[in-house]
Amino acid sequence: MDIFSFLVQTLNAVQYGLLLFLVASGLTLVFGIMGIINLAHGSFYMAGAYLAFGLTSATGNLLWAIVLGVPLAMAIGAALEALLFVHLYKRDHLEQVLLTYGLILIFEELRSILVGDDVHGVPMPDFLAGSIPLDDTLSYPVYRLAISVVCVGLAIGLYFLIQRTRLGMMIRAGSHDRDMVQSLGINIKLIYRVVFALGVVMAALGGMLAAPISSVAPNMGGQVLILSFVVVVVGGIGSVWGALIGALLIGFADTFGKVILPDFAGVMVYLVMAAVLLWRPEGLLGKG
Amino acid sequence: MIFSDRTALILKLLGVSALAGYPLVGSEFYIELVAKVLILAIFAMSLDLLVGFGGLVSLGHAAFFGIAAYTVALISPEYDPANLWLVLPASVLAAGLAALAIGLLVLRTKGIYFIMVTLAFTQMAFYLFHDTALGGGSDGIYLNFRPEPRVGEWMPFDLAEGHQLYYFILAALVAVYVLLGFVLRSPFGRVLVGIKSNEHRMRSMGYSTFHYKLGAFVLAGALAGLAGFLYAVLFGFVTPELLSWHESGHVLMMVILGGMGSPIGAMLGAGSMVALEEGFSLLTKHWQLLMGLVILAVVLFLPGGLIALPARLRGLFARGDHHD
Amino acid sequence: MTEALLEARGVTRRFGGLTANENVSITLERGKLHALLGPNGAGKSTCINMLSGDLAVSDGHIHYKGREITGLSAPQRSRIGIGRSYQRTNIFPGFTVFENCRLAAQSRRQRAWRLFTNALSLEDTLEKARAVIAEAGLEGREDRIAGTMSHGEQRQLEIAMVLATDADVLLLDEPLAGMGSEEASKMVELLDRLRRTRAILLVEHDMDAVFAVADTITVLVNGQLLASGSPAEIRANIEVQQAYLGEEAFHV
Repeated sequence: MDIFSFLVQTLNAVQYGLLLFLVASGLTLVFGIMGIINLAHGSFYMAGAYLAFGLTSATGNLLWAIVLGVPLAMAIGAALEALLFVHLYKRDHLEQVLLTYGLILIFEELRSILVGDDVHGVPMPDFLAGSIPLDDTLSYPVYRLAISVVCVGLAIGLYFLIQRTRLGMMIRAGSHDRDMVQSLGINIKLIYRVVFALGVVMAALGGMLAAPISSVAPNMGGQVLILSFVVVVVGGIGSVWGALIGALLIGFADTFGKVILPDFAGVMVYLVMAAVLLWRPEGLLGKG
Repeated sequence: MIFSDRTALILKLLGVSALAGYPLVGSEFYIELVAKVLILAIFAMSLDLLVGFGGLVSLGHAAFFGIAAYTVALISPEYDPANLWLVLPASVLAAGLAALAIGLLVLRTKGIYFIMVTLAFTQMAFYLFHDTALGGGSDGIYLNFRPEPRVGEWMPFDLAEGHQLYYFILAALVAVYVLLGFVLRSPFGRVLVGIKSNEHRMRSMGYSTFHYKLGAFVLAGALAGLAGFLYAVLFGFVTPELLSWHESGHVLMMVILGGMGSPIGAMLGAGSMVALEEGFSLLTKHWQLLMGLVILAVVLFLPGGLIALPARLRGLFARGDHHD
Repeated sequence: MTEALLEARGVTRRFGGLTANENVSITLERGKLHALLGPNGAGKSTCINMLSGDLAVSDGHIHYKGREITGLSAPQRSRIGIGRSYQRTNIFPGFTVFENCRLAAQSRRQRAWRLFTNALSLEDTLEKARAVIAEAGLEGREDRIAGTMSHGEQRQLEIAMVLATDADVLLLDEPLAGMGSEEASKMVELLDRLRRTRAILLVEHDMDAVFAVADTITVLVNGQLLASGSPAEIRANIEVQQAYLGEEAFHV
């Protein structure tokens, strides 16, 4: 591998890892703060991709689709929390697994009823459609670079939200001691709703950003869900920074796995997970 | 228990007799469907050993089902039937060994980690067959001939004949049920239930719970392997979808629908799940929507599953009497 | 010459920046009841957890019958004869009293491989379970579901389960907590009887009981050993009195 193709693969790995981080951080936030394991998280990714497809078709531009799609995803998330997930907080993990598994089936069929089972593509915005030439044959697509930049921006935003804002303080306190927060008169129900909606938005945004570079297809949520689980397990449950490290690790394992051992590319990320489990069963940044 | 031991025994014998008599009256299509239910019942019982008795919520159980199915398809010769007494133990052993290897890793984790990690490893097994040339890739492979139960020149029965295969599957189901009955009453089974109730206390009483859980994981994996073997023999082909995590979720649903912690419940769950799916798919092509709603309803309104239904109804009527 | 069964030498446990136990040494001898006293948060539970193997030590050594056991897990320690009860009742609430004790007794000869043997046909285990139920004063309640019994009865069950493991060393974390006076005095009698053949470590808040029954008392304050000696010595100790200043329990 020469230096330029190495560079391309590295950029791909980072971009893939950052996108995974976007989805997985929502999963780990919802688990860390609310104690919910949500198998339907991948469905929100799918919903984001289909929103991108529908809104891009309607408005003609992915950027408009995102501008409109994000508040829509937030509203959907808040509504789902109020109607459904609010009933899950006091239930055990097994029941959470089953209920959210049931939701996957429902979401898939609703998708099938509403938009059908066809595979779609979403065009990328014109000004991001080009490529940056590296040498005579290799170039790197601007759009992938843009995804990485947006994800880094979102990660920094998330950091400020959690570490520096009043909401973030409440979120951090809520994850540690629910009763204490409640006794301080903080509205824990509202925090849960906001956190859940935030998780949905991050998954959906992941789907929207990924739509132009991966096809918009039925059952696209399952694969992302499982990879997000791997990221969360590797990073440590509830740790957003663990999710970032885990996601980048998985991004590299997958991207370079495809280059080095193409036949075993799908298996590679799970081998990384197995190694982490042997070394630190609670995840890289998990609490022991 | 809602029935006395004797009534329960009579009910079980009636159930087996009904299943045994079914091929005499049923059509070929439905005989195959019932055979599939019997196989799924073995699969569900094996998972129930983990979930219902050991408290280990595994979302990766389909891996062992699929690995055994692939094993028989891969080791059988292409143009001749294999020997049943060779491929059956080999398939079950392969599933058991896979469960041992995966169990050593996943049992290092607990609770929600365990759920996610089992799910991830089943996906790894899925890709192993899906991406590599090993098992024919995403198309899967055919098992052209059903194995022969040959002992030297003697063939005690013939699985190529549909009814005989049905009875072989029924016998396997009964054998697994009886085996689980023994295991659950044994010192091992008692420890498993103790771990589900209070693992911490089990450890402070001197039980190395990891080894017990690993034992249960391997046994459950091997029994899931038996089910996977029968599935491959019945349908004659295997695809990576058998190992998909949807299959794992599917069998977990059977266990919950029927009522976990009871092998009979697991069987009921397998039967009603297939019945619901067949029924719904006659109604609409979006039958999974109805399935999803049923799952929500069962979890929200029927904790304990179908097996707890008589007791719950009785409780309901008893309360009604009280008001009168 | 008394027989030292369990010896902790300079054990320390740190949680992050916090030191819960620092350089604590304690010796449990056969035939003796050793009480561990201290105000809330003094580190009594941390100490007992290190002895039982529920917590790893950060520093120091633990010996049992002359052999170093610092690295052994909780199940391993139980199997060599160190039994414990918990401050918060820690039983199998859905099982009968008998099954709770039977399971505890089965831990001595586990026979995990005998998959075709009915656990209820193992006479040695059944006999042991019956014996400890009688010893803990739970006769006639064998078939009660443990979780439905009174708090005091559950404490008795907790002790019965430890006894069923044939432990030579009993680590008892507040066995009298929440008991009525009649139940408590029965339990004290039981402890008195159990001590004859075993070594007991008793963590207890009931001062009357402690001073009545203990051979040796060790006082922990802020994770450190403040004093150790006979009940008379501890009562006379100025430092201990200061540490407990205002706690009426010491106006004995």
